[in-house]
Amino acid sequence: MARIIVVTSGKGGVGKTTTSAAIAMGLAKKGHKTAVIDFDVGLRNLDLILGCERRVVYDFINVINGEAGLNQALIRDKNCNMLYILPASQTRDKDALTQEGVGRVLDELSKDFEYIVCDSPAGIEKGANLALYYADDAFVVTNPEISSVRDSDRMLGILSSKSRRAERNEEPIKEYLLLTRYDADRVRLGEMLSLEDVQEILSLELLGIIPESKSVLSASNAGIPVILDEKSEAGRAYADVVARYLGEKVPHRFIESKPGFLRRLFGGRK
Amino acid sequence: MQNTSPVLEFKSSTFFAPILIIFTNDTNAIAHALNEKIKLAPDFFRDSPLIVDFKEINKSNQAVDFMQLIQLLRESGFFPVGIRGGNESQNIQARALFIPIDTVRELGHSIAIGEPPKQESAQPVAAQPEAAPVKETTHSAAIPPVPAATTLISHPIRSGQRIYASGDLIILSQVSAGAEIMAEGNIHVYNTLRGRALAGVHGNTAARIFCFDMQAELISIAGDYKTSEDLGKQNYNGPVQIYLQDHALIIKEIA
Ligand SMILES: Nc1ncnc2c1ncn2[C@@H]1O[C@H](COP(=O)(O)OP(=O)(O)OP(=O)(O)O)[C@@H](O)[C@H]1O
Ligand SMILES: [Mg+2]
Repeated sequence: MARIIVVTSGKGGVGKTTTSAAIAMGLAKKGHKTAVIDFDVGLRNLDLILGCERRVVYDFINVINGEAGLNQALIRDKNCNMLYILPASQTRDKDALTQEGVGRVLDELSKDFEYIVCDSPAGIEKGANLALYYADDAFVVTNPEISSVRDSDRMLGILSSKSRRAERNEEPIKEYLLLTRYDADRVRLGEMLSLEDVQEILSLELLGIIPESKSVLSASNAGIPVILDEKSEAGRAYADVVARYLGEKVPHRFIESKPGFLRRLFGGRK
Repeated sequence: MQNTSPVLEFKSSTFFAPILIIFTNDTNAIAHALNEKIKLAPDFFRDSPLIVDFKEINKSNQAVDFMQLIQLLRESGFFPVGIRGGNESQNIQARALFIPIDTVRELGHSIAIGEPPKQESAQPVAAQPEAAPVKETTHSAAIPPVPAATTLISHPIRSGQRIYASGDLIILSQVSAGAEIMAEGNIHVYNTLRGRALAGVHGNTAARIFCFDMQAELISIAGDYKTSEDLGKQNYNGPVQIYLQDHALIIKEIA
């Protein structure tokens, strides 16, 4: 059985697709067979960031509609043979995604993948809801500014009430915070929220802080997930995120932070 | 999320609250022992809900200064949310502080404590936290089968979520801006209240709202309300209670 991760945020443009590509690559590089799915029907971004846009033949919706098999639609990554991409359709309309169809595709993928990363579209509409519905874990991507934090809070409410796990009254989706585009200098100047400010509202387990970094744009222009750029701070921060997610103890690099672990274990929500 | 179509739904799950067993009436010794424990795992204990068990100390007939003990626990960062094994006077004092008393008979279905604490780790002096499952109602409108039981929620109420309780509502976690909590009875929030809180929604003017950190967007009792604009940028240094007096909402710090 695969573990299904949704990368979500509510607000647009905060770094979901960047994060999805990075962590999917990170998991694959650690030897876990990983599929990453683009739920952003009509926009198609993930394949660009992963540099496979010219190899797209079939897409997620073709598979849902039975027009192509999964094996035909999955694109194997050029840098890592443990990573596969299921691209979104640029031409179809969003209604082509159905809960039942998504469930079927995830079930089939679950048979031979260890991790399935779902890159959610922005918003709190159908596409975002479908991306999170089957999730086991949620990476809540948040920028250090108030509207992003508010939208993440809203998304957390949806995660805890509209997922399959919530509907079946199973153990809730495990929620993690990923604070991205973090600029320590601007935080110091009071132009951006600090980690503490964000955590006061969200109080989530922190998986990592991704600094604002030019290398993100150059990596996406080159079609290589930034995690493969070991010289960049953002790349190393994403590598830490993957390690922490897999249970390794890695200190947070970009800011001092407290281990909320024990508190979450007992005191807060589980 | 919004409790529109299905009208009601029951959900139950389990949450853990440490139980603090008191073995002495010496508050200094308790303070000291607590301090030692907290040092070991500060994040674990910070803001932790806590159930205080008086059974052991009451066996030895030592009189405990209840108020002082609760005060001490709160100062140490705990939220006492229940007591068990208390004698009559302890129960009366607990009620005065709006701390629920765990006797299944008294609270009906609302807060039923599961397994008894294991005693093997009991220490001679004080303070051995343990976990006991507490029955809990999660999100969605929870309408109990018995008259107006208490609804207890331990997870955060996020922006966009609504909670309705037909009796009292106790929330151990934060209530976000953009969330709405409503109760026909009292509302207790043992954490930060940033959203909207409406108590006595069926007209009970005696209902009250209690919260540990008052930053609400709107508060209302029996239909009389104030918005955050009316409330201004007032800072409260600690828990407050809100009640109705001659159709005016009074917000008072709980000394
Ligand atoms: N850590 C970072 N440093 C600098 N730029 C970043 C960082 N993370 C993301 N960006 C930039 O922000 C923009 C949006 O990123 P991305 O497409 O990953 O966001 P998204 O949340 O997927 O957006 P959408 O909601 O539209 O799907 C991109 O131009 C990307 O290069
Ligand atoms: Mg995107």
